[in-house]
Amino acid sequence: MNTSIHVTVNGVQYSHMVEPRLLLVNYLRDVLRLTGTHVGCDTSSCGACTIHLNGKATKCCTILAVQADGCEITTIEGLSHNGELHPLQEAFNECHGLQCGFCTPGMIMTAADLLQHNSQPSETDIRHALEGNFCRCTGYHNIVKSVQYAAEKISESAVAPAEVKA
Amino acid sequence: MIPAAFEYEKVTTVDEAIAALSNDDTKILAGGHSLIPAMKLRLSRPAKLVDIGGIAALKDLKEEDGEIVIGAAATHADIMYHNLIRTHLPFFTEGASMIGDVQVRNHGTIGGSLAHADPAADWPALVLAADATIEVRGSDGSRRIKATDFFTGLFTTRLGPNEIITAVRIPKPADGAKSTYQKFPQPASRFALVGCAVIRFADGSTNIAFTGVAENAFRDSGAEQALAGKPVNEEHITAAVNAALQNVDVLGDHYASIPYRTHLAKVFLRKALWAVK
Repeated sequence: MNTSIHVTVNGVQYSHMVEPRLLLVNYLRDVLRLTGTHVGCDTSSCGACTIHLNGKATKCCTILAVQADGCEITTIEGLSHNGELHPLQEAFNECHGLQCGFCTPGMIMTAADLLQHNSQPSETDIRHALEGNFCRCTGYHNIVKSVQYAAEKISESAVAPAEVKA
Repeated sequence: MIPAAFEYEKVTTVDEAIAALSNDDTKILAGGHSLIPAMKLRLSRPAKLVDIGGIAALKDLKEEDGEIVIGAAATHADIMYHNLIRTHLPFFTEGASMIGDVQVRNHGTIGGSLAHADPAADWPALVLAADATIEVRGSDGSRRIKATDFFTGLFTTRLGPNEIITAVRIPKPADGAKSTYQKFPQPASRFALVGCAVIRFADGSTNIAFTGVAENAFRDSGAEQALAGKPVNEEHITAAVNAALQNVDVLGDHYASIPYRTHLAKVFLRKALWAVK
């Protein structure tokens, strides 16, 4: 029997009738056509499907769409605003943080969760936070650099208005 | 991979959950981070899921009558970041931070982990060492099961088919207790190839529990007795390590042979005991 769900994805409200066994990642990709969220291992190991569910990094291949009823979801498509890249997206571009790019949306969503809690993470903090995201191109070094670059960018923009006033 | 079809019911109270469990072949869905992977692989094929994710009362974490009470649906991250836990049960904070990864910690729950009773899960060793009691409720009311009686074998516990875990109750350790959780994680899954939880009390008693070593997590009474009332030093640590794992059927698999896992467990017990010295 289908169940009705109401979710807010990247600021837009949606209501659908879904089968209880529909995974959240398939709801996002196949129903909403938000294909930036990838399916990698499909066993909650690789992190390619990471999104934010009520602000928390979540592997949505291991969540049912019905569990997300009433929740706020952010996907990689929801990170940029008015055509301006999120500092993490800019950083991955600047620091060559991607090769094939398959893991990138998940990497960025997990890193965004980290930067919300820890605005100046050490290299160890970053590597620990990204434990649940695999890069099969093994480009971890530049991924870590990208997160450091984004953290600096975000803290610079946070102090910039005060400097302008002075 | 998509699970086989099932019926779904979202409940808002524990009583509703228990009523729903009276149907055969119904399973509780909390964080889903053990159950959904098992369902995707058809290792589990319940006819119905009862989603308890909406029961706010099960997420409570509080101090009550000298005990720390953790609601069954508290996530690993909820526990890891909670000040009460950091203050009174620092090895729970340490252990929670080693479970899976950030995303898994955000959804997996302590109650789910205990009910699932994976032989390599972290919480079983921690609740055993902390002398916790598991509070469960069924159609006949509530009862409390000592953690030391709870785990009965591979993925099996004393939880009845129509019962649900509601909370984990841990006696607040007296001042001066030192605790640690030392773990050798399987590099991909982060489950424990060996995990050792130790709490040393100011009165000279020590609780020692292992996970990942046998079919279920267990307290190592041999090692505990070797240290009882003795100072934690090289001599007595070695005595405890030598006394550990007696009459334990150590698991061997393609990750770790029996001799290797036995060796690892003793190395991690030694590390843990030095950490509480």
